Amino acid sequence: MYALVDCNNFYVSCERVFNPNLQNKPVAILSNNDGCVISLSDEAKKTGLPFGVPAFKYEAFFKVNNITILSSNYPLYGDMSTRVMKILHQFTPDIEVYSIDEAFLEFKGFQNYNLEDYGLKIRKRILQWTGIPTSVGIASTKALSKVANKIARKYPKKTNGVYVIDSDEKHIKALRWISLKNVWGIGNRLEKRLLLKGCKNALDFIQLSDRWILKNFSVSEWKLKKELQGVPKFLLEEISSKKNIATTRSFESTFSDIDNIKERVATFATSCAEKLRKQQSNCQIIIVFLRSNHYKKDTKQHKASISIVLPYPTNSSLTISKVAVQAVTQLFKKGIAYKRAGVLVSGLVPTNNYQLNLFVQENPKHKPLMRVVDKINTKFKANKIKLASQDLQQTWKMRQERLSPKYTTNINDIITVK
Amino acid sequence: MTVKTPQYLTFFSLKDIKSNGILFMDISISAGFPSPADDFKETRISLDEELIKNKEATFFAKVSGQSMIGAGIDNNDLLVIDRSIEPTNNKIAVCFLDGEFTVKRLRVDNGEVWLQPENPKYPIIKITEENDFVIWGIVTNVIKKV
Repeated sequence: MYALVDCNNFYVSCERVFNPNLQNKPVAILSNNDGCVISLSDEAKKTGLPFGVPAFKYEAFFKVNNITILSSNYPLYGDMSTRVMKILHQFTPDIEVYSIDEAFLEFKGFQNYNLEDYGLKIRKRILQWTGIPTSVGIASTKALSKVANKIARKYPKKTNGVYVIDSDEKHIKALRWISLKNVWGIGNRLEKRLLLKGCKNALDFIQLSDRWILKNFSVSEWKLKKELQGVPKFLLEEISSKKNIATTRSFESTFSDIDNIKERVATFATSCAEKLRKQQSNCQIIIVFLRSNHYKKDTKQHKASISIVLPYPTNSSLTISKVAVQAVTQLFKKGIAYKRAGVLVSGLVPTNNYQLNLFVQENPKHKPLMRVVDKINTKFKANKIKLASQDLQQTWKMRQERLSPKYTTNINDIITVK
Repeated sequence: MTVKTPQYLTFFSLKDIKSNGILFMDISISAGFPSPADDFKETRISLDEELIKNKEATFFAKVSGQSMIGAGIDNNDLLVIDRSIEPTNNKIAVCFLDGEFTVKRLRVDNGEVWLQPENPKYPIIKITEENDFVIWGIVTNVIKKV
């Protein structure tokens, strides 16, 4: 049996633990640089505020509906997520951390256990220890546990936040209940094509023939059908390291000169290189993109990206930022006000295991140099050692006008009690 | 038919040990006599381990005011709070009461909850249904600068 444990409105819930005044009130969390709405409390969802919309367009709406707006506090969310995942490890050794706020658990050899009780116990422990409310869905496959989770989340009073699909009757009821677009892995396009075929819910979907699915879609949709029928096809993936790493940001203002953009991209590239070194990977591909402000329709628009395949895998800040800055010179167009840029590294391979190139190699001095830079930057917290292509005078800051304190990662930010 | 089993299993994950506790010494560095202490090496005392019994449930708070001075809790002291401990009578708890965090001794009697300060200048507080009240966590240690 599998369980999906999902934290309810995770970012909002983290804020509420340390600021209980936000309990039962509409709260919205904004993305980096206070750009878009990325997390909503149930109360905020009821006001009709959609996900993903740019915050500046909704200032008046926030006021009228009394919605508390907060900048995202990733140090806090990251720490709370680690706590939740560590607690989940106490319930089974088989766990896949699926995202910052959800994880799949597998229960092997739990035949004599009442899994509903077990789910309630998981939920209770996470709530008491961390203050984060969760929903737990349990079923015979990962895809069905996702469906069960949606039921638990939708009917918290009836289910106490835990729903187990453990009989044919519940299985059929659940499949009939869930609409196609809410099924894990069925996107908008797939939904449209299935609707044309006359499928309205997951129950209709699993009645399509294997042959038809394989002919019209691919093997992953066929696997999904099997999963929804209760035959496990998706196994737990123990994610050891990420497959892509990216650093992308909107600028506080816009830039029309190449120097500022080069500096920003060099900084993003350095940050990607640091993340690579942290997980002991090298990258083989670097992707750089630039974009103008697409909310300002009256200005000239430009959007471009380029991907570069490296001659050898690397995680050196020097190499990656050099390549990224060269990419900027190719992408940049005069007369455009750029608002956003990003660096993405891909084709990741472990540092201790890769194909050597006979003719070109990384300068062997980079590796020990990077080790020293990382040590110093960790010791002094802020990035004390930068590349010369990064701005040394100015410290760029994210726009975080409504940032809450770092309650769990900075001793000066802890809560005060009277 | 179900077989009787212990009610629940708890899985313990391995503790991660940070490298600042113990130094690794290779006994064959010098040609001289190997250190007689090598066989008796132990990890250094760690205040983290002494003060934090449950890492995932432990949080910190700073004290403002002197309502708990009698319990040794003074202004600016650092509190170690463990949310996994069950709140019972006589424990010192951090509570959220009507919009504010407060630290007081819990008095539970006949289904009634009282928050007792440890300073005669402060009144005891009876919790009623009108209060917005949550017991946030139990104080396990007080750290003070001298």
